[in-house]
Amino acid sequence: MSNEIVVNVCMGTGGIAAGGSQVMEAFISELEAAGVENATVKEKCRLHKVGCRGFCARDVLVDITINGNVSTYQYIQADMVPKLVKEHVVGGKPVSDWLVGEDYHTFHDNQTKIVLADLGKIDPESIDEYLAVDGYKAAQKVLDTMSPADVIQTIKDSGLRGRGGGGFPTGVKWSFCAANDSDQYYIICNADEGDPGAFMDRSIIEGNPHAVIEGMIIGAYAIGASVGYIYIRAEYPLAVDRLNMALKQAKEKGYLGENLFGSGFNLQIKVKLGAGAFVCGEETALIASIEGERGMPRAKPPFPANKGLWGKPTIINNVETFANIPQILNKGADWFASIGSEKSKGTKVIALTGKIRNTGLIEIPMGMPLKDIIFNVGGGIEGDKLFKAVQTGGPSGGCIPQQHIDLPVDYEGLASVGSMMGSGGMVVLDETDCMVNISKFFLEFTQAESCGKCVPCRLGTKRLLEILTRIVDGEGREGDIELLQELAEDVRDSSLCGLGMSAPNPVLSTIKYFRHEYEAHIKQKKCPSKVCNKLLTFFIREDMCIGCGMCARACSVKAISGQVKQPHKIDNSVCIKCGACFDACKFSAVLKE
Amino acid sequence: MAGLAAKFGSGAMTNSVKEIAENDALFVIGSNTTENHPIIGLRMKEAVANGARLIVADPRKIPLVKHATLWLRHRPGTDAVLLNSIMNVILAEGLEDKAFIDSRTEGYEEFVKSLETFTPEYGEEKTGVPAEDIKKAARIYAEAKNAGIYYAMGITQHVMGTNNVNAVGNLAMLTGNVGKRAAGVNPLRGQNNVQGACDMGGLPNVYPGYQNVEDPAVKEKFEKAWNTELPAKAGLKATEMTGAMIDGTLKGLYVFGENPALSDPNTSHSVKAFKNLEFLVVQDIFMTETAALADVVLPGVSFAEKDGTFTSSERRVQRVRKAVNPPGQAQSDLDIINQIYQRIDGGNKDDVLDPAMVFDEVASLWPAIAGINYERIEKCGIQWPCPDEKHPGTEFLFAESFNRKDGKALFTPVPFVASDELPDKEYPYVLTTGRELFHYHTGTMTRRSSGLNAIAPEAFVEVNPADAEILGVADGQKLTVSSRRGQIKVKAKVSNIVPQNVVFIPFHYREAAANLLTSDAMDPVCKIMEAKVCAVRLEK
Amino acid sequence: MITVTVDGRDVEVAEGTTVLEAAKKLGINIPTLCHDDRLKPYGACRLCVVEIAGMRKPVTSCTTPATDNMIVKTQSERLYRLRRTAVELLLSDHPNDCMTCIGTGDCRLQELAYQYGIRENRFAGEMRDHHRIDKNPFVVRQQNKCVMCGLCVRVCEEVQGVGAIGFAERGFEAKVIPPFGKDLDCEFCGQCVSVCPTGALSGAIWAGKARMEGVEKTDTTCTYCGCGCNLTLSSNGDQVIRVTSDANNHNRGWLCVKGRFGFDFINSPERLTRPMIRREKGGTLERVSWDEALDFVAERFTKIKKESGADAIGGLCSARCTNEENYIFQKMMRAAIGTNNIDHCARY
Repeated sequence: MSNEIVVNVCMGTGGIAAGGSQVMEAFISELEAAGVENATVKEKCRLHKVGCRGFCARDVLVDITINGNVSTYQYIQADMVPKLVKEHVVGGKPVSDWLVGEDYHTFHDNQTKIVLADLGKIDPESIDEYLAVDGYKAAQKVLDTMSPADVIQTIKDSGLRGRGGGGFPTGVKWSFCAANDSDQYYIICNADEGDPGAFMDRSIIEGNPHAVIEGMIIGAYAIGASVGYIYIRAEYPLAVDRLNMALKQAKEKGYLGENLFGSGFNLQIKVKLGAGAFVCGEETALIASIEGERGMPRAKPPFPANKGLWGKPTIINNVETFANIPQILNKGADWFASIGSEKSKGTKVIALTGKIRNTGLIEIPMGMPLKDIIFNVGGGIEGDKLFKAVQTGGPSGGCIPQQHIDLPVDYEGLASVGSMMGSGGMVVLDETDCMVNISKFFLEFTQAESCGKCVPCRLGTKRLLEILTRIVDGEGREGDIELLQELAEDVRDSSLCGLGMSAPNPVLSTIKYFRHEYEAHIKQKKCPSKVCNKLLTFFIREDMCIGCGMCARACSVKAISGQVKQPHKIDNSVCIKCGACFDACKFSAVLKE
Repeated sequence: MAGLAAKFGSGAMTNSVKEIAENDALFVIGSNTTENHPIIGLRMKEAVANGARLIVADPRKIPLVKHATLWLRHRPGTDAVLLNSIMNVILAEGLEDKAFIDSRTEGYEEFVKSLETFTPEYGEEKTGVPAEDIKKAARIYAEAKNAGIYYAMGITQHVMGTNNVNAVGNLAMLTGNVGKRAAGVNPLRGQNNVQGACDMGGLPNVYPGYQNVEDPAVKEKFEKAWNTELPAKAGLKATEMTGAMIDGTLKGLYVFGENPALSDPNTSHSVKAFKNLEFLVVQDIFMTETAALADVVLPGVSFAEKDGTFTSSERRVQRVRKAVNPPGQAQSDLDIINQIYQRIDGGNKDDVLDPAMVFDEVASLWPAIAGINYERIEKCGIQWPCPDEKHPGTEFLFAESFNRKDGKALFTPVPFVASDELPDKEYPYVLTTGRELFHYHTGTMTRRSSGLNAIAPEAFVEVNPADAEILGVADGQKLTVSSRRGQIKVKAKVSNIVPQNVVFIPFHYREAAANLLTSDAMDPVCKIMEAKVCAVRLEK
Repeated sequence: MITVTVDGRDVEVAEGTTVLEAAKKLGINIPTLCHDDRLKPYGACRLCVVEIAGMRKPVTSCTTPATDNMIVKTQSERLYRLRRTAVELLLSDHPNDCMTCIGTGDCRLQELAYQYGIRENRFAGEMRDHHRIDKNPFVVRQQNKCVMCGLCVRVCEEVQGVGAIGFAERGFEAKVIPPFGKDLDCEFCGQCVSVCPTGALSGAIWAGKARMEGVEKTDTTCTYCGCGCNLTLSSNGDQVIRVTSDANNHNRGWLCVKGRFGFDFINSPERLTRPMIRREKGGTLERVSWDEALDFVAERFTKIKKESGADAIGGLCSARCTNEENYIFQKMMRAAIGTNNIDHCARY
């Protein structure tokens, strides 16, 4: 392999969106052209599409490996390919201007990759490449040599906990399910990733679908399921395609269907497309959806492990959970348990977004301090602004402020400050973010996604949102903070499913840590972060205004007047505080206060 | 009724409605239950939800088919063949209940012989149901722990209606599915008090409680109770009365709360009969088609304006109570009849009769309801037999023995009999009739209920899309439907509910009376008319 | 059997019994809005929350199975607050037009609002605004009054097996509608109306008639098919204004479209109100007194009997009328006229 030339092109959704397909096509034609003249290229060069390696902000990422030396390029577009082929593939000299910088390596070096280990390295559309990295070895071992009880014990020993949000010990859940006496068991992979800004599951399936399937095979064997479902959002077309491709390949190899690996065990896996309802990520709603019903949660108990799909014992695990399973079986429970913190073992894949320099998908050992994630892996706050808070656990997680920057990121740590792991979203906020407005933003999402079944969630989130809206609109009343708090607690304590129970988290945590911002909105009618337009006054600095008229043209209510090349003025009695002038001004002459 | 009575000694629903939910298998034949007995239909759906397997045998794709495990779409009029071939399979596969047959039945050998020709292949040929499905049905029914059969007019309104009922009874006996909880043979009663009208002696051959009028001891008992001499011979059945009216031997008729001029098959024939009467009295709450022909019309009262009891399909005697006063001078039917009684023959002394006392009088004459009185059924009705005041009533019949003289049920060989009028070149379609959900019987009440008449305002004929294409008729267009007896114009409803070559018309609508078309061919035993099969022609 | 302690009192119940049922067995009333014993537990209204020793959060008693030695509290400040908030939230999106609402006096929400003393609403805000009027002749749907308890949807699916209505939309916009928001097109059994805890679903023919004042209720048996359903007729004067059925009856309160909505024939102007006779064939029917009519009948039957014998007379009794009437009728035919020519139309 050493004298091979390998060209990896990132072809995850991020890569494709950035032009990956065109880059790929350019490589095909350029390499072919080069190969006509250069025998080495023709014989030794292998072009390769790979999944997401996490650093989507730098796409299209391309690796060119010659004799084992990897050079990684960032921001590659199709028109850059001829030069890469000519100078690096043929000429053997990397194009140094286009190579990734130090930050790319810092980003990766501070991570610990189990689930993402092979992403960005293997072609997700080829089962042979998965087999080449020990794929399906764990499943074979399990089916050949282990009893279902052994498998469950191994998972229990590993300390693996559900990566979908709840953090329930996976092995324990499996043992509950297996303990039922039933004629049929089901195994379901929850790939209905609904948190805005979360793309962990999508990337895993796009980049290494076989790992998920292998995890499901092992789980199915452990509980005795002969039918499995992968419930995946229809909004993930590439992941769905790769999944179907992988299922077909696995079936052809005899790893799915009848008599897996010649062991006599049968398993068929079906793909079920979700219709884009956030609540279908909740396991009982997901089950209802597979059954053809409206995706609405059902009361627990009974828990799905006892009475799930079609009333039969059912295990539902998240994509990331399943992707961990083969590794645990290959490397042993002790190895897995050695990674992470005391009660949270292994790693967690996190989608790092917001005001952070290195936006992308990362995998860190459980328990890594928040500040390491933000300032080492994440490279710190964009534009060197001040860090304010980080929202973890998606829209229904909580905001963690500066004072908890040393917090270890694991299930217990996050819960201790009123947030949660959730599926692993992390939105970084800086000094320019208004916490009341952030809280309103998340409530808008959860309210719109409430299934409407239970009263506290359907109406409680609506009223929370209304109160937040009036606060950011400058119509907040004395007592609104207490009312918000009380209602938020009631919604949290009496909602039917996780959506309603956690929807108030952003409200409660922002009141807890940023109460002064609420008070400023209500009492002084001011937004300290200058975000809430209705609480701001817009004016134009005469010394900065060149009289270009852009602001006046942008103003829909004609509140701005002034002669050409003369400083303009805003009539505040007419201004509706929409902020269009602020955005339109190219000279920072429009100010808000 | 007569068929079942001959086999078991009594012709009511053997089991209770609530037991339906406990059935492991249900066999519904000739009953559009969800539309005609909606609340019994709910129990069937409940049974299915509980895991029971449901077989529906009906030429029409009735709503219950949606819930069925197996749907047998047999040709109209081939019910007995279907049942016989199912029993042939049960025997061939050794699924019969030998212990039950040995200890509780008679006539088995002869019966077994009679089934020989009814192979599933023969069944397929005659009924159109695939032999494989016949076998499936046999297994579903016979392998169930508790299997119930439910039927209605779809079984009885045929020239071979008695045969059909016998076949139904044979099937239950063959598998031991009678005389126990949550099984049985259950005729569903189409009207609120059919059971009661029969129980009360509203039949030509029996006094109240099915006591034979031709049995001298019985006659003597009633003569003593009623303090008068009674006729020795059984009377005419309703269908026979029509003939007697035509030939003039029946001259006077008292019709009470019925509308035979619209409900009788071959209506024009029966209208002719009514017109031929010397004297016709009709007592009703509306000017029905029959009342319009009467010499005397007496305004009775509706169920909301009187006290009394109804007996439901499951033999449950329940209270009816007066909620409002009758309109105008309308009088309680009990009082009207009693006053005529008084004027003819002294009758009861009081002008106003107390229904509770009348009930007690019946209870003194019929041991099966001896334990029932108004006080006991104040809150909740009681199911007969209820022989004494401590008895809680009976949920299912024949637990110990059947009501025949040696306590055994009788197997009856059922031969193949074809419908009286089969389609031919001139009349190529089979017409079958029935009810729809929104109306009841001749529509006397429902068509005067605003909502019901708004949702189902007019008659229709269901035509299969393939037939509609041949006829060149579109949904909603008018069709002329004619038979050898009459002709009506009615809207076409193009639908897969009916199979090809079969059409369906509900009989609720006087302006397009389905019974102008139907045949008055009768079952030789029960004298029930063949409303479910006749031949018609369709024209645009 | 297992033993559960509810509010300090022990009760023995079968395994699988819910906490709500166990409490009920002790006569302890836990408020509910979305629960019906005849349907599967649902857990949407969250009013029946209770505290169970060892559980971190309150749970809904309707969905939680009792376990042996479980200790349950049905009343506490915390529970009171959660229940009150739920009711207050519901009222914050309710028209509160009880003065003219058909549901008044028969409305769970109204009852709860009274019990929790909710006058001012802390959560007053946007209200749903559904204008669509369903044109079906039986069921009036006032969606602004819907509390989304799902009873109608569930009864239609679980009991009736029809599924004519379902949930649509999400969040605050969630609502119960027929497919594609069209008019209701179903069996119109009205089971949904019977379980609706507010005025959101009501019978079209009930509207504007007496609500409580002067209304009398009479238990009786349905006059249509042979199912023998128990009915309660509500009447005002001589007008039947509503038909309902008690859930404890053998038909469990379920009725069909005819039984529930097909009763206005009783007060039809077409009802016969006077006896009439036709003095000769071909003549017209004329109104006469009862005496004249009854005498006429007796005379004519007596005459036929004398001239042609008793068997020249027949009688058709009625599968619609009462046992007592049928008995007297056949007795008269047999004892007074002297014939067994009696039958009824059950054969048709």
